[in-house]
Amino acid sequence: MDFFERFAVPHPSFLIYASMVGIGLTMIAIVIGITYFKKWGYLWSEWLTTVDHKRIGIMYLLSALLMLFRGGVDAIMMRSQLALPDNTLLDSQHYNEIFTTHGVVMILFMAMPFIMFFFNFIVPLQIGARDVAFPRLNAISFWLFFMGMGLFNLSFIIGGSPDAGWTSYFPLAGNEFSSSVGTNYYMIAIQIAGIGTLLTGINFMTTILKMRAPGMTLMKMPMFTWSAFIANVIIVFAFPVLTVALAMGTMDRLFGTNFFTTVNGGMDMLWANLFWVWGHPEVYILILPAFGLYSEIISTFAKRNLYGYKSMVASMVLISLLSFFVWAHHFFTMGQGALTNSIFSITTMAIAVPTGVKIFNWLFTLWKGKIEFTTPMLYSMLFIPLFTLGGVTGVMLAMSAADYQYHNTMFLVAHFHNVIIPGVVYAMLAGLTYYWPKLFGFMLNEKLGKWTAWVLSIGFVLAFIPMYITGLDGQARRMYTYSESTGFGLLNMVSFVGAAIMAVGFVLLVYNIYYSTRYASRDISNDPWDARSLEWATHTPVPEYNFAITPQVNTTQPFWDSKKNGHQLFKGKIEKIHMPNNSGLPFIMGCFFFVFGFAMVFSMWPLVIIGLIGILACLAYRSFEKDHGRYISVEEIEETETKLRGAKQ
Amino acid sequence: MKMKWALFTMLLALGSVLSGCEPLLVLDPKGPQAKTQADDIMLSIWIMSAIVIAVFAILIFMLMKYRASKQSKDYEPPHIEGNAIVEAICVGIPVIIVIFLSILSVKSNYEVEATPAGYEDQEPLVIYASSSNWKWHFSYPEENIETVNYLYIPANRPIEFKLYSFGPITSFWIPQLGGQKYAMSDMVTTLHLAADVEGEFDGRNANFSGEGFAKNTFQVTSMSQADFDDWVKEVHETAKPITEETFDKLLEPGHLGRSTYTGTHLEFSPAPEHNHGSQDSNTEESEHQHHDSNHTDEESNHHSNH
Repeated sequence: MDFFERFAVPHPSFLIYASMVGIGLTMIAIVIGITYFKKWGYLWSEWLTTVDHKRIGIMYLLSALLMLFRGGVDAIMMRSQLALPDNTLLDSQHYNEIFTTHGVVMILFMAMPFIMFFFNFIVPLQIGARDVAFPRLNAISFWLFFMGMGLFNLSFIIGGSPDAGWTSYFPLAGNEFSSSVGTNYYMIAIQIAGIGTLLTGINFMTTILKMRAPGMTLMKMPMFTWSAFIANVIIVFAFPVLTVALAMGTMDRLFGTNFFTTVNGGMDMLWANLFWVWGHPEVYILILPAFGLYSEIISTFAKRNLYGYKSMVASMVLISLLSFFVWAHHFFTMGQGALTNSIFSITTMAIAVPTGVKIFNWLFTLWKGKIEFTTPMLYSMLFIPLFTLGGVTGVMLAMSAADYQYHNTMFLVAHFHNVIIPGVVYAMLAGLTYYWPKLFGFMLNEKLGKWTAWVLSIGFVLAFIPMYITGLDGQARRMYTYSESTGFGLLNMVSFVGAAIMAVGFVLLVYNIYYSTRYASRDISNDPWDARSLEWATHTPVPEYNFAITPQVNTTQPFWDSKKNGHQLFKGKIEKIHMPNNSGLPFIMGCFFFVFGFAMVFSMWPLVIIGLIGILACLAYRSFEKDHGRYISVEEIEETETKLRGAKQ
Repeated sequence: MKMKWALFTMLLALGSVLSGCEPLLVLDPKGPQAKTQADDIMLSIWIMSAIVIAVFAILIFMLMKYRASKQSKDYEPPHIEGNAIVEAICVGIPVIIVIFLSILSVKSNYEVEATPAGYEDQEPLVIYASSSNWKWHFSYPEENIETVNYLYIPANRPIEFKLYSFGPITSFWIPQLGGQKYAMSDMVTTLHLAADVEGEFDGRNANFSGEGFAKNTFQVTSMSQADFDDWVKEVHETAKPITEETFDKLLEPGHLGRSTYTGTHLEFSPAPEHNHGSQDSNTEESEHQHHDSNHTDEESNHHSNH
């Protein structure tokens, strides 16, 4: 029995047992459902083995939505606990686990895959490519991410969740102060997912540099592709730092090294430095693609070209460079002295300049436009004021002397939610609504969509603006409770109400998906928004080869020019198309990574070795495998094209 | 319409910050450092409000004027690449604001990292504040006393806090006297504070440190120098001396009430002060020992000097 004891959750509660039952029942239902409908073969041949960037994108999207739900439940539980002073809904340990998993899940397993979805689905279409540069590597990226996500989520039913905050500062996260396996999960699950992200970075850098359609010079790339390119460059530079930090942390926890411990020469702030050398660029990995999406959407619905294209690109390049020189602003209070703080304070504030340029460029894109208020545009127009508010509080936080007062308080929590929610989450929802017809061949309901945007925004303002105030009143973050005498009660209750309203907003989103799936018209054109870039020039649904003929590009908005100025996008005749074969290897290798990771978490060395052998065997198999892909014949393409053209005009 | 609403909410929020029934702790400073910080905060709030209002105004103007419903059906928006002058303004104004705030920030940095303004000519009182799960230990080496979870300080005298931790990173914070500083296990950080008035203030650890974090607080009482001297005398008359044994008990994880001792734990468990970086020291080692093998505190009986 000793062997099994390690898998028990160290701090069980009713909520955890209820979730265990819930998860168990859902799993059983899924297995029964797939078996009943005889979909195992379909699942394997069309999804688990796919190397198609569009399908991989959709799998990222499903993961992100699932995690949005999970992270959202965490958030609601936190706000419920804090709604009243001295509340006893959650105990300290449970609360600590929840805010830790909320942070990790929302950043790494919700926002990241959401962005990966857009990279995967949009970038190859926008640059007129047939797939990414390394399709099979792309599948490996996804499965590593997916297994990392699965492993991390397993923590709260087997062995216990991490509880040292999403930043997992040592020595708190070390064995001395966090003895459960929770932090092992953190170190290893993020490591596995992180390797997947790093591979994505390499893949998309290559794709964007090498696979653009003829005529698309760098300065003619659509703005989303630019933002994706820069974000992937940041990934390639930043993620290795995380890999190293996590490896060091894992060794501290499992192999008795002393990188971050309090004894034997460990340096506790070394982790914080490494973490934020990755962590700050990471927030730009999230926000830059969001900026790219807003650029596409605002330009589409203002019916105008994007104002200041060159300064948009320049500002993103500048932001990406600066993002590596600001990490110490996450711990101005470490005691590194006035000079160091001054330098990091100035570099941080400097980021406001290129960001401001982008805001003004969006505003001037509206100038002389013909603005249509669709749902994606509504999100974008709510984004500008709310994000500006988050941006300026960021400048306030950058003033290091004043930061001694903001640091570790709800003011900070308000700030980063104020940039991430209107910045990243709204962009994801706007982008999802915008690209939904390209994905699934029907539009989401506009009325419900606008309601969602408004409800989310009202909820957002109520939930997060009060935190600025309680922060200035001395409410530290991550406190599981507070006494009545502090006077935080009222505003925390307002926050809770706001969070509940946001929850309603997300329910509306789900309802919209359900409603539109059932009732929305399937009779829509390939270009329902009257858009400007190449992804709208192909059919809906997008055929597996994307474009029958590779498009010719002349300006930053070739599709618009083809509609308005007589530019000919598709010259020449259809030729056979070379495509990669599906492969089960990425999925199988992902499974071995999962086994390896799980065994590492519980220090089950024989199983670790089995997992490692499996991973190496997959790599070896691939090295000796001869797979030159396949060709789609001209007849097949013509048949598909006729069918799609018939269905959609 | 919605913009007005958003603007209204923001002003409301701002209004309650500025004029709420009770002043917010951070904006109700009782010492020069907190005053510097509160002034910076208020000034930046005003400047930032101006920026926010400008952005809101431009946005509202654009949305009012250029929405499709206000224009003729056959209006075709022009192709505009961008304008060097407009973009220079969009860069120039933020640059000026950032330069201004940078100067302000750098100036304040040097202020909060030095003896509080107006107290430069006084000898600071040195207090070692060390945290353990989930308590604060205050050692007064000059007075030779130690307290747990409460802090008595003389008003109108600069205080030099020497911060370190017996465990996770914590952050020492008395909002009304000044901002935070980390307490860590392998180095000592210095925080300069002073109280301009006598009174009671809340203090806490602001950096998450595990299960007992929420209640990791302490009470600060600022009093006249005479009262402070009386208190020191009283402690010496009534309190028991702190021994390694009692101190080890205090270090055990948990919450404790207040307690008072004569002597300080620095005598048998010196602070991790060293002048050569933080490579080979730990909490129990004195600055004179560099052998990573010994972390039994019995061996080092040096009084830490500073």
